[in-house]
Parts: sequence; structure tokens; C-alpha cells
Amino acid sequence: MRHLISINDLDKEDIIYILKKAEEFEDVARGERNFKILEGKILGNLFFEPSTRTRMSFEVAMKRLGGEVLNMTAQEASSIAKGETLADTVRVVSGYCDAIVIRHPLEGAARFAAENSSVPIINAGDGAGQHPTQTLLDLYTIKKECGKLDGITVALVGDLRYSRTIHSLIKALALFETKIYLVSPDALALPEEMLEEIGGDVSRARLSEIIEEVDVLYVTRIQKERFPDEEEYKKVAGSYRITLETIKNAKDSMIIMHPLPRVDEVDPAVDKTKHAKYFQQAFYGVPVRMAILSEVML
Amino acid sequence: MKELVVNKIREGTVIDHINAGKALLVLKILGIDVGTELTVSMAMNVPSSKMGKKDILKVEGMYISEEELSKIALISPNATINLIKDYEIERKFKVKPPEVVDDVLKCPNPMCVSNVEREPVRPRFYVKIEENEVSARCHYCGGKIKDLANHII
Ligand SMILES: Nc1ncnc2c1ncn2[C@@H]1O[C@H](COP(=O)(O)OP(=O)(O)OP(=O)(O)O)[C@@H](O)[C@H]1O
Ligand SMILES: [Mg+2]
Ligand SMILES: [Zn+2]
Repeated sequence: MRHLISINDLDKEDIIYILKKAEEFEDVARGERNFKILEGKILGNLFFEPSTRTRMSFEVAMKRLGGEVLNMTAQEASSIAKGETLADTVRVVSGYCDAIVIRHPLEGAARFAAENSSVPIINAGDGAGQHPTQTLLDLYTIKKECGKLDGITVALVGDLRYSRTIHSLIKALALFETKIYLVSPDALALPEEMLEEIGGDVSRARLSEIIEEVDVLYVTRIQKERFPDEEEYKKVAGSYRITLETIKNAKDSMIIMHPLPRVDEVDPAVDKTKHAKYFQQAFYGVPVRMAILSEVML
Repeated sequence: MKELVVNKIREGTVIDHINAGKALLVLKILGIDVGTELTVSMAMNVPSSKMGKKDILKVEGMYISEEELSKIALISPNATINLIKDYEIERKFKVKPPEVVDDVLKCPNPMCVSNVEREPVRPRFYVKIEENEVSARCHYCGGKIKDLANHII
């Protein structure tokens, strides 16, 4: 049985395989082709934390492939979970479905769930830990929009310290021949330990100095909670905001990505440019999740 | 300088080449505290040609279990165990840190699922040795610890 718990469990070949498979599902994801290969299968969505996008895109992926979905929302989870351990919940729910998608506030919850499940587990975020389907859809977006993964230059912008999206993505990017620039305030720099671990061509930079070189500008949100006071937050967040001005020297082919939801780190004026790919990126979550669902369930 | 810092023991165990300063922790692992009846001698920060400085522990009338050995290896990967019989070294071997330890280290991450008491979960760590440094990675949250001594259960 195959689970998808952490991007670190996948090697370069596994990743390339999933991305290739996702490509075959794109027209199905758009509703342009009928391909009900998961007919008769049931997916259990086990969300112990609120999520709209991730849960919906799994649901869409499953339904477009002819399967059905059982949903357990965060509110239900809290009442079910009263007195019941995660281990027991998973043991019960794995008897009701053919695979489980889990989101949970505790790190390692998905791996622990897998150890207690009779069906494949897909991690849809375990606290500050892993969110591998996000990483796969990020890689898919880059591959589709830039045409390749090897040989590209990526600037990661914003909160590089706490963002799990960034931590997973940077490790995956390091598997390919990528050049990575880290653009963040000092207080939100990538943890030193991660820097040692990934090796490769990674360096800190100011966006204005490297923008001409960049193929992918990956922007994340800088959260207010990370700062001691409102003033400081506004100052810092403001200086990492992407506007028409910040990207005026960018290559024509440069793309801007964002895991969404965005607050104001990308100026809506940027949406109309050909660089903006964040909504496309959200759509790509569907074929990628189709590839993963069919992989674990068939 | 003569190696023998303290008197010879007749039966028991000599743990040599303990990382300097870690002898007290080894005592803790062995469950030896102020209430012990055993004859124990300890030398800390003695000069060592191999390690610069080292600690040595000698415990009369006690042999060490497998579990204790693996814990000692985590904090002193170069330790040598000398089993003494009739004042002579009967057997000498080096400790070997296990690659995986269950129920030995506690994850310092408060948000790690392995710290939820109600769940049927055993803390598991993967051990790695680089030069003389031992580090361990949590099976669940992926967190890495370097100061293993502070996390032994
Ligand atoms: N009967 C004994 N009582 C107490 N300590 C002893 C006894 N016999 C040996 N030792 C101690 O055991 C340790 C190992 O003794 P050994 O004679 O093998 O030294 P060595 O040749 O330096 O060994 P190594 O290569 O392990 O350092 C030394 O610290 C020594 O003082
Ligand atoms: Mg010696
Ligand atoms: Zn942990």
C-alpha cells in the first residue's frame, strides 16, 4: 500500500512520474473528457483543521474521476474527536473508504495515521510539517509554465522561516538543477539548519538585484503574528509586496506563483499581467491530485 | 601518567572513553543515584591521547544491559566497555549507536504527534553519526536533535 506523507519520501523519479501522470489528467480536470476510473471508489476527507481549497480540489479530483467523497469537517472532527484518539478515528474511517486525505494540526499526524490505517493516507498538511500535494502542484505549475524544472532560477519571497510550503518546495527544487534566491526580512530568513541540509545553489538576495534573472517568483504571505507590533509588520510586509513596479525589469516569461490565499502581498494590478499564474496554479492542484488519487487507489 | 586513576575492581564494568563531561549522565542512564549501594568510581576530564579529554566510570559488581548500552552509545559513541573478572579484563568492546531507537528519546517539539499522551504512539528516532557527533531525527515530525543527552527518556 502506498501513502503520500512527505515530499522527502519521494525521489526525483517519483516526482517526475507523478507530474507526467498529472498531465494526462488535465483535460479531465477541466471537464473536457470523461474518464471515470475511480468509479465505485470512496475517498474519506478527514479535516481536523479548516481548509477550503485543498479539500475542494481533492473533492473535485475524486468526483471528476467518477468517485465519491465522504467529508468530515473541522467542526465534526472536534465532536468526533472528543474522547476518541486519532488512531481510533483513523481505524474506523479507514473501514469506510478506499483512501483518506488528512489535515491535522499536529506534526507527524499523517505518518501516525498511516500506521493505523488499512487504506492509503494522503497528507494534506500536518501543522507546521508537510503538505506534499502542494509541493507537487507547485512543481507541476513550474514545469507547465516554464517548460522545465532543470535549469530554472527561482526567487522565494516572504516568510521563509515559518512557511511549510517553502520548506517542502525548496527541498524538492534542490533535487533539480535549480538556482534559488532567498528574499526575506532577516527575522523571517530560512532556518540555518535547512540551508545546510539542502546544499545546492542557494543564496540570499534582494529582489531588485536579481529580478531580471528570475524565471519563477514564488511569493508567500508575511503574517502579522510574527511581529511584535503592527508598525513593524506594516513596514516589513510593505517592502516585500509585489507590484508592477517591483517586476518592471522582469523577463517576459517570468511567472509569479502564490500558494493562496493572498492578502496584499501581491498587488491586484499584477493579476492582469502575463506573469500572474497563481490562479492557474490553484487549478493545477486538480490534475495533480487526480494523479495522486489514482496512484494510491488503483 | 599511569592510566589507572582509581583502585582496581574485582568484578564489574569499566566504561572508558566517555565523552568528557558525560559521566554523570551515564550514571543516570544506569540508574545509579545517591541511594546506590554499588561501589562506583568516576573520573572526569582526564587527559586522553585519543580524545583530548575523557570521562571514565567504574562500577563494581554490575553488568550493563543492551538497552543501557544503546543509550550510552547515543551520548558517547566512542565509549569502550571493559568487563572485569578477577581483576582482569575479560572482554572489551566498543558501544555501537543503534540506527533506530524506540522509546529512548523524547521529541522536543511540543506540536509533534509523538508527544500526545493519549495516542498509542512510541517515539522513534533515526540516529546519525558524523565525526564524533550523534544526531537524531524524529520519525514523526522530522525534527532533528543534536543535544541527545537532554532528551533521553
Ligand atoms: N581491574 C580493573 N579495575 C578497574 N579498572 C580497570 C581494571 N582493569 C582495567 N581497568 C581500566 O579499564 C580501562 C581499559 O584498560 P586497558 O588496560 O585495556 O587499557 P588500554 O590499553 O588503554 O585500552 P583502550 O585501548 O580501550 O584505551 C582502563 O581505563 C583501565 O584503567
Ligand atoms: Mg586507554
Ligand atoms: Zn517529533
